[in-house]
Order: sequence, then C-alpha cells, then structure tokens
Amino acid sequence: MADPATPEPKGPSRLLHDRRWRAVIAQAAAFALVAALLACAGLNMARNLERAGIASGFGFLDQVAGFEISQTLIEYSRASTYARAFWVGLLNTLAVSAVCIAASTVLGFLLGLLRLSPNWLAARLAGVYVEVVRNVPLLLQILFWYIAVLNPLPPPRQALDLGGVAYLCNRGLVLPWPQWERGGLAVGLALAAGLALAWGFAAWARRRRVRTGRSLPVWRLGALLAALPPALAWALADARVEWSIPALSGFNFRGGGTVEPEFIALALALTLYTAGFIAENVRAGIQAVPRGQIEAAASLGLRPWRVMRLVVVPQAMRVIIPPLTSQHMTLVKNSSLAVVIGYPDLMSVFAGTTLNQTGQAVEIIAITMLVYLAVSIVISLIMNWYNDAMALKGR
Amino acid sequence: MYVKHERHPELPPPPSELGALGWLRHNLFSSWGNALLTVASVALLCWTIPPVLRWAVLDATWLGDTRDACLDSAGACWVFIKVRLGMLAYGFYPQAERWRIDLFFLLLVAGGGPLVLGSLLPRRGPARTLATRGLAAAGAGLALVLHGLLPGLLAAAYLGLPSLLARLRAPAAPGAAAKLGLALLAGVAVHALAPQGVALAAGWTALTLTALVLLVPRADEQGWRLALLLTALPALGAVLFLGDGTWLPEVETDRWGGMFLSLVIALVGIATSLPVGILLALGRRSSLPVIRTLSICYIELIRGVPLISVLFMASVMLPLTLPDGMHVDKLLRALVGVSLFYAAYMAEVVRGGLQGIGRGQYEAAQSLGLSYPKAMILVIMPQALRLVIPGITNTFLGLMKDTTLVAVINLMDLLGVIKSALADSQWLGFTKEAYLFAALAFWVLCFGLSRFALHLERRLRYEKH
Repeated sequence: MADPATPEPKGPSRLLHDRRWRAVIAQAAAFALVAALLACAGLNMARNLERAGIASGFGFLDQVAGFEISQTLIEYSRASTYARAFWVGLLNTLAVSAVCIAASTVLGFLLGLLRLSPNWLAARLAGVYVEVVRNVPLLLQILFWYIAVLNPLPPPRQALDLGGVAYLCNRGLVLPWPQWERGGLAVGLALAAGLALAWGFAAWARRRRVRTGRSLPVWRLGALLAALPPALAWALADARVEWSIPALSGFNFRGGGTVEPEFIALALALTLYTAGFIAENVRAGIQAVPRGQIEAAASLGLRPWRVMRLVVVPQAMRVIIPPLTSQHMTLVKNSSLAVVIGYPDLMSVFAGTTLNQTGQAVEIIAITMLVYLAVSIVISLIMNWYNDAMALKGR
Repeated sequence: MYVKHERHPELPPPPSELGALGWLRHNLFSSWGNALLTVASVALLCWTIPPVLRWAVLDATWLGDTRDACLDSAGACWVFIKVRLGMLAYGFYPQAERWRIDLFFLLLVAGGGPLVLGSLLPRRGPARTLATRGLAAAGAGLALVLHGLLPGLLAAAYLGLPSLLARLRAPAAPGAAAKLGLALLAGVAVHALAPQGVALAAGWTALTLTALVLLVPRADEQGWRLALLLTALPALGAVLFLGDGTWLPEVETDRWGGMFLSLVIALVGIATSLPVGILLALGRRSSLPVIRTLSICYIELIRGVPLISVLFMASVMLPLTLPDGMHVDKLLRALVGVSLFYAAYMAEVVRGGLQGIGRGQYEAAQSLGLSYPKAMILVIMPQALRLVIPGITNTFLGLMKDTTLVAVINLMDLLGVIKSALADSQWLGFTKEAYLFAALAFWVLCFGLSRFALHLERRLRYEKH
C-alpha cells in the first residue's frame, strides 16, 4: 500500500491511482465500448432491414427454395424448402471434407516419409512437390484444375476411356455403380458390426499385451473379424448386386454413377494442397524423435520397418497430431472455396443462392458461421481425445 | 618368426565406394526398395517433364501481338500473357496514371531493400554501406529517369531522409505526454490547413516525422528507414494510388486491380494484423477477466469460421450496420475483413511467443519499475516476437495467398482480372497459360518470403548465442 512518506491522493483521482480500481474502470470501459458498438450496429441494422422490408426471423427456412442443386446426397427438388437446401449443402460440405481429410492425410504421411527417405532423388522430388504446392494459393489451384484441366476435356462421345468401365469427360468421371437388388442394408450393417468387432478386439489385444506381455496377430485376426459378418450376411440374406456399367447412348452416358467435375476439381485441389502441409508436419514430427531412440531400437535387433512402426511413429505422433488437427480444421474451412466453381456446398447453396434470394443476410451468415464453428469444435474434440490416448502416460 | 614392423600402406577404398559410382550406390541404390523407388522416380520424371517442356517452351509461341500468332502451334501461347501483362499487373487502372504505382513500389524496394540487405550482408564493412547507399541512389536516379523531375525529387527526399535523420540529435526532451500533446496539436493544425490530397499527405508525413524525432531519442539509419517505411510510405502510397483531384487525377478503387490490388491487400493486411494481433494476444493473457473473455471470444470465433464467410459478412452485413447515408468503399470492407480475420491468427502466434518467455523476465521488468506498456515494449515483445518469427511468416504467407479470396466478392485482384481477360472473345481458351502465370507470380513471392524468413530466423538465433 501507499508509502507513508508520500501523501495519499485525495478525491476521485485516488481511484485512478489504485491498481484494483484502475482494473475495474478499464474493464468497465472496454465492456461498455464493445456493448455500445454492438448495440449501435444492431440498431442500425434493424432500421435498415425495416426500410428494405425484410422481416427478420427464421420463418424463411420453411419457404419453397425454387432452385435446382446439381449434386445432392439426399432427396431434393425445386419444390423443397430452404431448410432442405441447407441440409443438402451441409452434407455436400461434409462429404468433400471427409474424402479430402482421409486422402490428404494418407498422401501427406507418404510424402513426409519420402522427404526423409535415404533415396536422394525421391526426397528431392517430394521436397519440390511440397514447396510448389504450399506456395501457390489454393483458390488458384482449384480454378486451375476446374477451368484449365477438367473443362477442356472432350465431351462424352470422345471421353477418355479408363479400362472400358470408367470414363472421364467434361461431364465428370463416370464409374460403374453397384445396384443392390436385395440384402444391401443387411450387408452394410454387418460390415459396420464387423469393423466395430475388430476395433474392440484390437483394444482387448492391446490390454492383454500390456498385462501378459504376449501379443496376438492383431491385423490378421482383426481383418478376419471385420470380413466375417458381411460375408455371413451376404450368404444368409442371399444378397444380389448388379453393377451398372456406364455406356454411351446419344450424347451422354447412361447407367453408372457420375462424379461431377466440380467435386473432382475441389477434392483434387484440397487434397493435393493440404497433403503438402501435412507432409511438413509429419517430417517435423519424425525429426523430433531423438536419434538415440532409433539407435536403441536398432541395437535391440529390430528391423528398420519395426523400428519405424514400434518406436518412431508412436513418439512422432505426439508431435504430429496437434498441427494435423489444425490442418483438418483448415481443410473443412477451405472447402468453402467451392463457391468459386459452383460445387453446391454449404457456402454456395446457403450463404450464396439462398442469401441472394431471401436477403436474410444476418440469419444466414449467423447460421453458416455457427455450423463451421461446430464442425471445427467437433474435429478438435475427436483429435484431442485421440491425442490424450496417444499422450505420454506417466507411471 | 616373421614379424612385420612397418605399417601396411592403406589400401585405396574399393571403386564402388568412390566418386559418382559410390554416390549412386549410397544415395540411390542402397537397397532393393531404394532401387525400386529410384526407378519409379525416374519414370515419373520421364513421363512428366518432356511433355511439359515441349508445351511450355519448345512448341510455345513467344513472338507476335495477336491471337493469329498462336493459331498453328500446339504449345503454350505466351503472347496472351505478353499482350495482357499491363492488365494483369495493374487491372483497369488508367494507363496514364500507372507510373504512380511504379513509383510507390520503386520507393518500397529502394527504401525497404536496405533493411533486407542489412540482414543478408555482414554487420560492418564497405559492402554494406555501398549496397544501402547505392540502392537509395539507384532508386532516386531511376525515379528521375523514368518518371520525371518532381517524382525524382520526391524519391531522393524520401530515400535520403534516413541518413540525414540519423545525424540529428534529439534536443533535450520534454516529458512524453507533452511530446504527444505537441504532436497531436500539430496534427490538428495540419488537418485544418490542408484538408486534401498531396498537401495532406505531406502534412501527415511531416507530422509523423516530428513525432518520431521527438519520441525516439536516438536511432541509426536503419531504424529511421524502418520508421519511415511504417509511417510516411503508407501515407504517400494512399495519396499516390487514390489521387488528390488537383495534381494527381483521382482513381476510384473499383478501377484498382491485378497484382497491384493483391499486393495492396497483402501489405495493408500485414501492417494492420500484426499490431491488432499483438493487442489481442496481450488481452488474452491479461489478468482482467472481462478483457480476457472478450479477446478469447473474438479469437476463437474468427478462427472457427472460413475467411470467405468473414468476407461475405464484411460485404453484405457491414453496410447494414452503418447509419443511413454512410458508405464504406468495397475495397475498404474487404481490407477490414482480411485484417480482422488474420489478426486472430496472429494473436495466437504471438501468444505462443509470450508463453515462451520465462516468468523471470516479467518479474525483472517489474522490479526495474517499468510500467506495463514499457515492460511489454522494451522487454517482453522483442524476445517474444523473435521466438515466433516462423509462425508470423507462416501467417503472412497465408495472408498473401488468401488475398486471392477477394475475387469471390467481385474485387478485381489477379484472379478476377484473369477471369475477365479470359472472357474476352478475342482470346478464348488460354486458361492454362493465364493460371500458370498467376501461379508462378504467387510462387515467386511466397517462396522468396519464406526463404528470407528462414534466413532471418537463423541469423537471429546465432546472434542470441
């Protein structure tokens, strides 16, 4: 408190010289400033919206959308509501994100390992790839794939033949598509059950190894466990699947399934771009493992591959996972760039077309931002859980 | 019994371990797997390089001014880029006024170049002085030759100022508050006297300079160069680009475009997001709960959403929140969006640096009797920012690349200009050339920046030990 030699200030200025009071005043001022700004913006917005004749609220979600969407994962037509269009967009965003997260993680790990490989040429090539891809804007890459590579492809009649069953043309990639006559659901459910079973078995085998020191051939038994239920279900339900092979008829293909060029361009660009960043994370993670660990493992007589799998990767993962999580979150957010090539994702269907038609800027942008926030939070929760599972366990 | 007394001469290493052969064995064919990888890599190169080379160089058309030059070639048509280069660089900025942009970037290079060179060249010695002085002289000379007498004089004044100021000694200084008051008073006076244009910029430049001379007790030439780069050059740039309506014709921002616009957005974004980010990071580590909560909410909200949604918000929602009759320029809205978005990322990077500083530093600063701002500016920030140079560079690189996103809200940045150039019925179908050119431009900028940052990081690390 105050030094007895200096006279204590009197009056209101005393408050400004007191640390605690100063903190309170500063915070109250900051809060008031932010509140005033928000209130001012809100009032102006209410007035402007009223003048434009736009009723606020979420009633617009039940109105008929009246526009087509080129690629939908659920039933959707011109007569569907805006709420339905929202779900279509969200599912498309999630679909392209899921595909790209899986593909870019695999490719990124591969490239990261190649960059550290003792093979001079392969390491250099991976390095060139990473430096090129990371230093060119993603939007440019998406446009390049879409406008410069996929658009100039020949029309269906001159489509590029990929082995007689799949074709690449300016309408996209046409693939054989399975059509279940019966038993599709049963086999799908059985496959899910088998995967769960294999996962549970792996967890049990790990616990058993920790307890007894004996290990089981987890991969082989697990694969068997995962494959058994679907095979059983197939036989029991007498499942029948018909492959629909695309064939040229008139000016377009009939049969098969089509992957739209927008999806291909977006998925390709997102995967290749993110893989470059993940490769760098992987390289940093592996280089963070001390050399002594590798030498110790080698002197125990482990083969190089087992050194990698049992010693290096588990320790490297601890360094890799946090940046990997943020790469995945960035990928989901970057998928919103779909709007420039017209892939019907959340941003283009909802914050684009729906916003233009209804003018409900505030509600729509708020919903869109909340959805992206929610997806980010879910991804970080999952990865945090995985990170905790991988973390160093003190004993 | 035979005992050999002299040492056996060392045998030469086997030929397979030496020279090119040895190198090949070690680096490319050390094992079966490796040999396979080498073969695959070579195959990949053979498969991709020749066609690309043939398309981009051998069969490409370089000469000519019209589309007809490209009609009967199977390769790239670089004529398209050549013809449209002005548009790609400046957008729809009036032809006669483009020298203003050139002059600004000339000043930027000649004024900022010595700072870059300073970190590349040895600390002392004639090479350094020669290079920095030479760059300034070359810049002024180039401006004189290319743009005429007045721009040349302006460039000479700007580039010569740092060495002049470094020779000045600040007079016995009054208190900081008095200095700030003086500077503010001068600012108000300047504003009242010269409400517009070049005079305004000159006034503000003079004002910031006075304030700097008063506030900074002593700085060397490089210090002054940096100070000018951060204060006077932006003011000058704003006047040069926008025009003042009397000496320089006004150019509306919707005519700005091309690489020029991308660079403007990147430079403004970098210059604003770092200070705002530092403030947010300090707010997040503050002991005051209200300020901390506000900072955390802001940072986490922004980091959870894509930049496009922020840009949409800035372009659609921001006008709604303004009072009637107030209009914000479209470019300014995009700039606000980009800066505020990247400030949140910068805040997290800076926070990492702040956490890397030991408690002892804070306590030492406090026990010296430094106030909070002084402790931050003089003790904590110099150390924290040095720690996070890689993070800051990465954020800058992200910003640089993300400037392309403003094309989504219909600004004519490089990608927007390319889109309109490709829509020209004279030049349909040269998409590959256009996008590859843009990719090359961005790659050179980003790769150069990342390499320079790597070098800076190493240099600062060596200096520490």
